[in-house]
Amino acid sequence: MKKNFKRRSMLYIPGNNPAMLQQGGVYGADSILLDLEDAVALNQKDAARILVRNMLKSINFYNSEVSVRVNPLNTPFGKADLEAIVPLQPDSIRIPKTETAEQLAELIETIEKIEDEHNLTHDKMTIHAMIETALGVQNVFEIAKFSKRVDAITIGGQDLTADMNIASTKDGGGIDFARKRIIMAAKANNIDAIDTVFVDIDDDEGLKKDAAYAKKIGFTGKAVINPRQIEPIHDIYSPTDEEIRKATKVYKAFVKNTKEGIGVFAVDGKMVDRPVVQRAEHILSLADIDLQSFE
Amino acid sequence: MQLKYRSKAGSFESSDILIIVEPAEEKTGRDIKINSAVMLQFGESIEKAITDVLNKYQIDDIRLIAQDKGALIPTISARAETAIKRSLGIQEGTL
Repeated sequence: MKKNFKRRSMLYIPGNNPAMLQQGGVYGADSILLDLEDAVALNQKDAARILVRNMLKSINFYNSEVSVRVNPLNTPFGKADLEAIVPLQPDSIRIPKTETAEQLAELIETIEKIEDEHNLTHDKMTIHAMIETALGVQNVFEIAKFSKRVDAITIGGQDLTADMNIASTKDGGGIDFARKRIIMAAKANNIDAIDTVFVDIDDDEGLKKDAAYAKKIGFTGKAVINPRQIEPIHDIYSPTDEEIRKATKVYKAFVKNTKEGIGVFAVDGKMVDRPVVQRAEHILSLADIDLQSFE
Repeated sequence: MQLKYRSKAGSFESSDILIIVEPAEEKTGRDIKINSAVMLQFGESIEKAITDVLNKYQIDDIRLIAQDKGALIPTISARAETAIKRSLGIQEGTL
């Protein structure tokens, strides 16, 4: 049940901040994350839960995917978060500190029980499992494949470096293995992999470098903590004009050859087979070009 | 229902509202005071959002002060609900 969102950017919005919540949809992020976990003080968890619930009922978040990060089930807040949020069926629920498939099983069971109580189907809201500990990194493949409801894996770099007792550095050196392992687990299960935040909001060049590296190694997109970070990330994750031109040429040739029953053909002297066509499809979809228009 | 504790929810931040509630003696009614820069335009809406929550929880006797900083209705409702639940001691999933 993978959803058709681009997920180049995922903007964190603190769950107890009405001003930011009500404006969440205007920044143009592909995805917004209403946060009930780390962005909310422990003595305001109840207030944030009720506020986010009300905002989900009444605020227009435009075209952004709306995700809610709940507290873990092993805290006093997790179950109450799910009971308040699941009936409203945001696009997705983000689960922090996912470490094992068993933990995910308990969570999905809780979600589906709430859905049953409200006569809701189990196929509308997806789950994003967030990997933030060494144990989670080790188990990520099992987590990614555990349920069809999991359609994205995200990495939380700050918690992960804390769990590993290492410094969080701009080059992300300490979490490089974790990033790549998470990407592989996501790709192997055909779901999205979302990169961690870049915390220095004044370092534009550092952000671009980090996002470009994350794209190169296979992330679908990147979490952002400030609306200023959205545009540079979209620029990096969006295809260039040249890429779109080439993809258009490949896809046009694919449609023409398919009609003639030809599976492998050449474009500009280079062999085109199914993987090349898949890459072209991906580029065209990122560029908002409807594949049906080639028919 | 009878309130038990003095409690508050919200803040003085822009787009928020601070709501303070405390129990009142039985049959003294609702004493609601609202301050807002947009009182003339939206005072009635703010009061309705608050009284809707009081009606839902059947709160007949209360002293309530609201300091509005331009909150939208869903925020006003949320802060009123939080303050009432805290005052009733029925808030689950909190410290």
